[in-house]
Amino acid sequence: MTTGNRVLDAKIPGGPLADKWDRHEMENPLVAPGGNRRKLTVIVVGTGLAGGGAAATLGELGYNVLNFCIQDTPRRAHSVAAQGGINAAKNYQNDGDSVQRLFYDTIKGGDYRSREANVYRLAQLSTGIIDQSVAMGVPFAREYGGALSNRSFGGVQVSRTFYARGQTGQQLLLGVYSALVRQIEAGTVKMFPRHEMLDLVVVDGRARGIIARELTTGEIKRFAADAVVLATGGYSPVFYLSTNAVNCNATAIWRAHRRGALFSNPCYTQIHPTAVPQMGDYQSKLTLMSESLRNDGRVWVPKKPGDKRRPNEIPESDRDYYLERRYPAFGNLVPRDIAARAAKVESDLGKSAYFSPQSVYLDFAEAIGRLGKGVVGDRYGNLFDMYREIIGDSPYDTPMMIYPAPHYTMGGLWVDYNLQGTIEGLFVAGEANFSDHGANRLGASALMQGLADGYFVVPRVVASYLANAKASTVKADHDGFKAVEDESRTHIQRLLAIKGKRTVRDMHWELGRTMWDKVGMARNAGGLKEAIAEIGKLRESFWHDLALTGGADDLNKQLEQANRLCDYLELGELMARDALMREESCGGHFREEHQTPEGEALRDDANFAFVSAWEYTGPGREPVMHKEPLAFENVELKTRSYK
Amino acid sequence: MSDSSAKSGMTIHLKIWRQARSAAQGRFVDYTVSGIQQEMSLLEMLDILNEDLVRKGEEAIEFDSDCREGICGTCGMVVSGVAHGKHAGTTTCEIRMRQYKDGDTITIEPFRAGPFPIIKDLVVGREAFDRIQRKGGFVSTNVGSAPDGNAILVSKLAADDAMDAATCIGCGACVAACPNASASLFVSAKISQLAWLPQGGPERGRRALAMIAQMDAEGFGDCSNHGECEAVCPKQISIQNIAKMRREYVKAAWTGADKSRSSGGD
Ligand SMILES: Cc1cc2nc3c(=O)[nH]c(=O)nc-3n(C[C@H](O)[C@H](O)[C@H](O)COP(=O)(O)OP(=O)(O)OC[C@H]3O[C@@H](n4cnc5c(N)ncnc54)[C@H](O)[C@@H]3O)c2cc1C
Ligand code: SF4
Ligand code: FES
Repeated sequence: MTTGNRVLDAKIPGGPLADKWDRHEMENPLVAPGGNRRKLTVIVVGTGLAGGGAAATLGELGYNVLNFCIQDTPRRAHSVAAQGGINAAKNYQNDGDSVQRLFYDTIKGGDYRSREANVYRLAQLSTGIIDQSVAMGVPFAREYGGALSNRSFGGVQVSRTFYARGQTGQQLLLGVYSALVRQIEAGTVKMFPRHEMLDLVVVDGRARGIIARELTTGEIKRFAADAVVLATGGYSPVFYLSTNAVNCNATAIWRAHRRGALFSNPCYTQIHPTAVPQMGDYQSKLTLMSESLRNDGRVWVPKKPGDKRRPNEIPESDRDYYLERRYPAFGNLVPRDIAARAAKVESDLGKSAYFSPQSVYLDFAEAIGRLGKGVVGDRYGNLFDMYREIIGDSPYDTPMMIYPAPHYTMGGLWVDYNLQGTIEGLFVAGEANFSDHGANRLGASALMQGLADGYFVVPRVVASYLANAKASTVKADHDGFKAVEDESRTHIQRLLAIKGKRTVRDMHWELGRTMWDKVGMARNAGGLKEAIAEIGKLRESFWHDLALTGGADDLNKQLEQANRLCDYLELGELMARDALMREESCGGHFREEHQTPEGEALRDDANFAFVSAWEYTGPGREPVMHKEPLAFENVELKTRSYK
Repeated sequence: MSDSSAKSGMTIHLKIWRQARSAAQGRFVDYTVSGIQQEMSLLEMLDILNEDLVRKGEEAIEFDSDCREGICGTCGMVVSGVAHGKHAGTTTCEIRMRQYKDGDTITIEPFRAGPFPIIKDLVVGREAFDRIQRKGGFVSTNVGSAPDGNAILVSKLAADDAMDAATCIGCGACVAACPNASASLFVSAKISQLAWLPQGGPERGRRALAMIAQMDAEGFGDCSNHGECEAVCPKQISIQNIAKMRREYVKAAWTGADKSRSSGGD
């Protein structure tokens, strides 16, 4: 592996942690309202909480915004699927919460692999998100007195999660969408649904625009701007089966990476502990059962390996509530990475639910006894119904079966404090960047980051970038655009010309198997090297064996998926390389070589307290890794313990 | 659950609507798929069929889907005559093959309505919904101007009613099921969500007038209380919202768009 020596300046403002963002706001230049702003164009790719929030807010400020998404309408961005809730340090429950505590929980939850200043800002901005969302009419859950309700989520000991039944993401996204349609109507935001970004256009080292394909007609188009914001979400479908929507993809960030944007911590992926177990090779996705279920559900496996009795036939004395046993202080509410790995440990020992060797029980009998069926139904009814549709039995009577599933990607494009990538004028927000969650994300913190970036950070940092940079003179007729457009078109033609025998799904499935088995919940050097070799082979096979029908000038979802898969086939390898380089265990990255005798993750702060930032060096060439050292000035690095 | 070890699989006959982009005419085409497991979703069965087609060199059937768990509203087809299939309260992507038995025939066609043009095969355009939302499906508040979240108290009942209406996923099944292709259920869900909440109060009159005017301009039909919309709605949005919408409309038409003094929460 080659280690590079680029100095990655995170541009963290000086002064005490608590004052950095305010100071930054004061020191940043502004663009005066009115005509000057209208003349500045910002491309925002993505309409999730991050992208939609940024586009609407930049529109409110008067900039000329071009906003893109793959779906037929911005309201369907994948943020819509988030169930459980959103964190904010409101301390409405008077249980000792504060910005400082949310900051600390997030740093600790991320296993000390995130940047202090970014995380602190996130905690500070969290409260404003709730205010803003309430003002927009987001129907959060309420108490009888009319005040907002809270619930608790894994990995913390306060109750700071706001929610709207089991549809928090949907309601927050509809809030964003309402702000967005208001700006579309006002003419500040121009919306391009069913448009997929295929590439980034960089001229003289500055991001100047994008190339996008209109999915219904196949038309490949150029869009020029003064700044480009990518908020295109995460890349969990690199595992093929994940809790993400089937169109989630890494194309936008990967193509930007190929144009020079460094990619950070690709191996930090979150395997969510509570999804419906895998059922067959026909499957297209895994269904998440919200983490909030662990508030009242108890996780267990039979004590005896290979016990195939139905759960209701297994007496208490033959059950092992392994999370309560191993982690008495947090019990069923340990963070995700810990809960997921513990399920793997048990199932590797042959202890599992009867359904498959990869399933464990999540039991509500105790909660129903304590609270009654009605209360449990109020809290989780919609999830129980969803589960029953899929599996066929009801969690009210029979314990649920769950297993970990790929869910969220902490890695993403490297950004500085201003969310600017290593290409000038390219900003990255939401799940697409790497910045806030370190090696593991706490529940209910992705929605928080999405909206913090979208409503508050992007509008400010992009504005100050635009105030400094002169208006772009590079228009869409520039040669730089033509070259990239031609490349995009050739790429699509090449995919259609392969004329092999294997379907996209078949190959994506194969990539997923390798990723899950060797770059999944537990990793080791041998497996990772095999994964790198297997992915390389599959990539070659892809360019010979891919079967596609239909044309380029029409709606062709097989072609869309093939285009996305070819990026996953490169990103998957980078994930394996990053995991191989990181000779420690931290958060969602667990290297079997690095664990305590009790099987807990063993971090190596002396050698690995840094962010990896990978540079693309050309097709088939080994990437080069640069490092951003992490400095901890406000928290003490500790072994994470939830015992 | 039924025994998943019985992997025999069902054979299912399909009649699927195929229509080339921009072609005026489409038609049903027959297909047969076998080895279908009962835990499979209907869309997974279509995935398998599409793989077979591609291997044979034929064009795949285009259909929209994304979350595949009933929340994004992307999928939407008429399954054996019913928008989103015969089970109440679910979307097309939530249909499991458990509902069928070996040898069954299933007809699959797109949502049909004048304002939803067919793009290709089973995919339709629903931009008309966005254009209606643009006219007033929001509270006019800019980022930065919000008071503390708990400064606005909302009774639990009003919040619950608002939430019931807010769960609409914008799928369009209500339109597809309505003999008049009315969009009333969809539009009323947004109008009544915001009318239940104090935040929606100041603009309630203007919102009702503008959204309804746009609904008419898009060519959606009138509501004549058939109730088909409520029956197929995957989120079980109540037809009472339409009654509430009518009251909002009449009040606003009577007093003028901005004269309503009500602060919402009624
Ligand atoms: C099932 C599930 C449940 C979850 N529950 C929670 C929860 O309870 N709490 C929590 O905090 N987090 C939760 N998360 C995580 C959270 O939902 C996401 O991390 C977050 O919503 C991501 O938001 P985003 O704006 O970054 O991206 P997304 O919402 O994923 O938006 C991506 C946008 O980019 C567009 N796009 C992508 N690629 C392209 C391209 N090439 N060209 C054009 N457009 C493109 C898409 O169309 C879309 O508009 C959950 C995630 C899942 C999968
Ligand atoms: S009201 Fe129901 S059927 Fe109509 S768009 Fe909304 S969710 Fe779909
Ligand atoms: S695909 Fe999302 S609701 Fe069906």
